[in-house]
Amino acid sequence: MSFLPYAVVAYVAAIGLYGVVTSRNLVHLVICLSVMQSSSYLLLLSIGFKDRASAPVFADVPLGTRAVDPVVQALTLTDVVVGATVTALLLALAVQAHKRYGTADPQELRPERR
Amino acid sequence: MSDRVRMRVFAVTGLGLLALLLWGLAGLPDFTVYRGPYGDILNRLAVPQRSTTDVVTAVNFDYRAFDTLGEEFILFSAVVGVTSILRAMRGERTRAPEDEAAGRHVPETSLAVRVTGLGLVPPTILIGLYIVAHGHQTPGGGFQGGVILATALLLTYLSADYITMRRVGPTWLSELAEGMGAAGFALVGVAGLVAGGAFFENFLGKGTPGELLSAGTILVSNFAVGLAVTGGFALMLSEFLLQTLTRRRGRGRRPRARRT
Repeated sequence: MSFLPYAVVAYVAAIGLYGVVTSRNLVHLVICLSVMQSSSYLLLLSIGFKDRASAPVFADVPLGTRAVDPVVQALTLTDVVVGATVTALLLALAVQAHKRYGTADPQELRPERR
Repeated sequence: MSDRVRMRVFAVTGLGLLALLLWGLAGLPDFTVYRGPYGDILNRLAVPQRSTTDVVTAVNFDYRAFDTLGEEFILFSAVVGVTSILRAMRGERTRAPEDEAAGRHVPETSLAVRVTGLGLVPPTILIGLYIVAHGHQTPGGGFQGGVILATALLLTYLSADYITMRRVGPTWLSELAEGMGAAGFALVGVAGLVAGGAFFENFLGKGTPGELLSAGTILVSNFAVGLAVTGGFALMLSEFLLQTLTRRRGRGRRPRARRT
């Protein structure tokens, strides 16, 4: 059972990548990339996890309570922010691609012939 | 590349990648077995050292604040990127949206949506400010609260229209908030360098853990980042929503004939 979270990480990354490769719509493609990226959140949180431990917040539990690793949780926050910005940038590019080529299907996008 | 060739290439490379990934993951310590010492050290030291009861925020805005500055500027450059990618292109004009299907009646926003949407604006702003202000005590902080605050602007769009939203949160205001917030966060770091001798040194009084005014520069950083994230997300949202008005005008240019 101890390998299960890591197996989920690999699974989420794989289906995300599968979606990116087979996507027929740029918005769908960006969402698939987000799915793929979310596997990294899961990996980070799994690494810092401890058995029978609480969150690293000592607002209402006494100091010294067994708590999970706060460093990977802080990294996950960075990861989430970077994910959101990448998604925003790619969606902006998708809007412009659709304007230019009249299609959101990545398989129909061709370099413009001059 | 045809669909079938692409799938074959993907099947080979994808399975190889999956095998490598599983192999690498198998080498990690077992789930629930925690090896690194840093998490335990920080859990023991952060509360007495920095008067923060949320250790994650202490890591983000104090121990690892330099990285978070980089993260903040990733967000900043992404906002700049979105606004420049979505800038008005040659021959584009903004027009009130019209439905293009002839004879279709577009229903107005219902009163229920308007009232609920507007009614949700004050609580949303309050929750956003609460999350920003209590980042050093409970889960939350500038990034999370800033996104909630930008949502309040989106609610005005939902309950009124784009013009009203731009009046409530004009572009110059969002740009100002984004720039001031990002610069403010960087200045907290520089102030630490001047007053404490190290970049992002927490030089302010730490106060008592659990009180609102505690944790020194972490509280200030949270507000600066909250301002930057609110401005940045408000700017990105209004740029994307502007596209719904701009796109309509492009009717003159027909989509290129599809090659299939």
